[in-house]
Amino acid sequence: MEQARTAPHALAPTSTGLDNRKLLMWLFLASECLFFGGLIGTYLLYRNRSVGPPFPTNTVYNGVHYHGVFDIPFTSISAFVLLMSSVSMVLALAAIQRNNRRALRMWLLCTAFLGMTFLAGQAFEFTEFYRAGLTVHSNLFGTTFFVLTGFHGAHVSVGVLILLSLYVMASRGKITHENSLNIELAGLYWHFVDVVWIVIFTVVYLIQPT
Amino acid sequence: MAGAALARRPMSIVEAIRQARRQAASYRGIWSWIATVDHKRIGIMYGATSFSFFLIGGIEALIIRLQLAKPNGGIVDADQYDRLFTMHGTTMVFLVVMPMSAAFFNLIIPLMIGARDVAFPRLNAFSYWAFLFGGLFMTSSFFTGNPAGTFFQGKLGAPDAGWFGYAPLTLVSHSAGHGVDFWALGLLILGISSMAGGFNFIVTILNMRAPGMTLFRMPVFVWMTLVTSFLIIFAMPVITVALFQIMFDRRFGANFFNVAAGGTPLLWQHMFWLFGHPEVYILVLPAMGIVSEVLPTFARKPLFGYPFVVFSGIAIGFMSWGVWAHHMYTTGLGSVANSAFGVSTILIAIPTGVKIFNWMGTLWGGAIRMKTPLLYAVGFIAMFTVGGLTGVTHSIVPSDYQQQDTYYIVAHFHQVLVGGALFGLFAGIYYWFPKFSGKMLNEKMGQIQFWLFFAGFNVTFQPMMILGLIGMPRRIQSYPEGMGWGLWNMMATVGAFMIAVSVMLFIYNVIYSLMRGEEAGADPWDARTLEWSIPSPPPAYNFAEIPQVRSLDDFWHRKYVENERGVPVPVVAGAAHDTEESHGDGHGIHLPSPSFMPLIAAFGLPLIGFGLIYDYALVAAGVVVLLFGIYAWALEPAAE
Repeated sequence: MEQARTAPHALAPTSTGLDNRKLLMWLFLASECLFFGGLIGTYLLYRNRSVGPPFPTNTVYNGVHYHGVFDIPFTSISAFVLLMSSVSMVLALAAIQRNNRRALRMWLLCTAFLGMTFLAGQAFEFTEFYRAGLTVHSNLFGTTFFVLTGFHGAHVSVGVLILLSLYVMASRGKITHENSLNIELAGLYWHFVDVVWIVIFTVVYLIQPT
Repeated sequence: MAGAALARRPMSIVEAIRQARRQAASYRGIWSWIATVDHKRIGIMYGATSFSFFLIGGIEALIIRLQLAKPNGGIVDADQYDRLFTMHGTTMVFLVVMPMSAAFFNLIIPLMIGARDVAFPRLNAFSYWAFLFGGLFMTSSFFTGNPAGTFFQGKLGAPDAGWFGYAPLTLVSHSAGHGVDFWALGLLILGISSMAGGFNFIVTILNMRAPGMTLFRMPVFVWMTLVTSFLIIFAMPVITVALFQIMFDRRFGANFFNVAAGGTPLLWQHMFWLFGHPEVYILVLPAMGIVSEVLPTFARKPLFGYPFVVFSGIAIGFMSWGVWAHHMYTTGLGSVANSAFGVSTILIAIPTGVKIFNWMGTLWGGAIRMKTPLLYAVGFIAMFTVGGLTGVTHSIVPSDYQQQDTYYIVAHFHQVLVGGALFGLFAGIYYWFPKFSGKMLNEKMGQIQFWLFFAGFNVTFQPMMILGLIGMPRRIQSYPEGMGWGLWNMMATVGAFMIAVSVMLFIYNVIYSLMRGEEAGADPWDARTLEWSIPSPPPAYNFAEIPQVRSLDDFWHRKYVENERGVPVPVVAGAAHDTEESHGDGHGIHLPSPSFMPLIAAFGLPLIGFGLIYDYALVAAGVVVLLFGIYAWALEPAAE
């Protein structure tokens, strides 16, 4: 089987001209749209249908006034932090495409840090809601809210893991501007997770029940 | 110094894996199969595994038929009966027809488009291992799913909520054992496997085509694989969400389907069938693709109306998203919704009908050779037409009200899934067996096997149509005397055993032909597509030289030219493009190295599954295994 053991060739050109891995990432993200679509659809279906507190916003239920658990200013800030991480992600890619490895490492770390800040905010928010009596079990709002935002948070966590892995690779000098595709793919995923948060933030927090 | 010693240990593990990998590179022995990333070997493993599950699902079916053969059957009780029909359905859909289609994708697609492998060989291996582990995980529930304990205690513990798992039957309140947990988690693992395969084949088909192989020079099987793969990557996430919701309700007391908390079980039905109807076409489109390859070869004519067949397949792919609520007419969606879905369901019969006429047009006037693959293909057309027409009767809402949950439904979907999908897959097995084994399947045994299967199939399922129309509900474990159902049920049972005998004959034929079948040669059927231009079985590198494609059915046009009356005549010897064998032994072709990492990563999945059921510590172990597999996979070079 000697014929199989010769040195790797350069990547063969593809029929569409798109890199295989990039096409895979776009397909994966398209598929993820249906995943989040299912979760967001469920949230919308069950909006305002909780039997009993806690409620997301100030609500009068059976003649009793309940305080809403949402803290819109706080969540707006953490949403802003996540959006800014997309900017630093763009800067990381721009850096390695100009072959500036030092700037790459800095922006990767910055992006991961902003992502972790968002996650910390989410952890804080979840804890506050839990103290207010909101759990997966408490009512439909709790069920749909925690599962939707929890799966989004899991996606952000995976993104942070990818960014930190890339940072380690970059520190060892394994990322150059020839294989900057690695950064580009991570960026696609990261931006997608951000865009999903824009939708979730709008649907869950900003569009208030009437 | 201690630091240096610590640093050396992980190095030695990495070194050990590297060494095992180099040894697995010899194209022989069990380890070379376990570490393989070769699409042909993965395809063979997919085929063998799904056929094994086919036997398991078949045994479940035979027990069901024995139970129902006579009134007041007493072989299994109601509880065990529920578990048997649930596992029969789940096994046949997710562990037989889907992976057997995946076997054909693996075996055929790279050869048909003139590629050396799929776009992501290791991801392909991961798909297979995730399928195997997911299937074993779910099947293990027979022994581990008991509410009484974790081991087999004379009662089977498999899931018991039916293959479409309607809430609240899947909730702890209605199914206390672990069966449904195994079902939901097993389907999640299988979904990961299918989606990974779907991504892989879309990228392969779009990106790996040989020079000159434009989209409309692709064989129809490649087109149908492309449509199926798109359906898979868009339908699977929907069922993934629904399965997560079931698991959250079961394990963490969430309220998705809890009516007391304001939830609605109908959410499950919408989510399941929004996945489930595309799934129907995921099951049948590959078989349609296979039939579209077999018919032209054995009619010795090009496929009639190639663009119509392709566009009909694409149209089916789109329309399959707009018909799901025809499974839910009786849930009270209202007459507007019912009418709309009734119309869309009638409309989807049009592209399917177009295909049937195209297949008949392909046979019309052809120089037909009635070999076993063609018998199965023609059987497919006939039986799928019956199945499709009974489907149209369901689209009529008032008629469906009467048929809901009767044996008429059972008869219908077996008519399309056995008479359709499975006949198509058998056509494919008989057609491509020589390509991958180098041996012909025995033709006489094949013909007997087809007719026995065909007769058994009709004796089994046509009585079920009558049973449904005279009122026998599905999913009952026994029925009293005097209903007038005994004769038809006995017939169906006899038919089921005829199918069983024909499947045994098929297995014998495979073993017999592997040992003493006649040599196939590169092109035994005088076929039309590129996989027949290379030796049988194909070498590891597939094509010594990547072919240049000039037209649809390029290989046929290399062999034949048309004379002035439009009759194909063989190209004069020597004038033909030289055959593949003359291009040497493939020296210098670079192939991806074998890898253990897909296997290791996939093994993490059932560990996580068992952990969610029994002990969260196992979840942590599974995550570690999964992450180790993924990181080692990412860091090892694709080829050494």
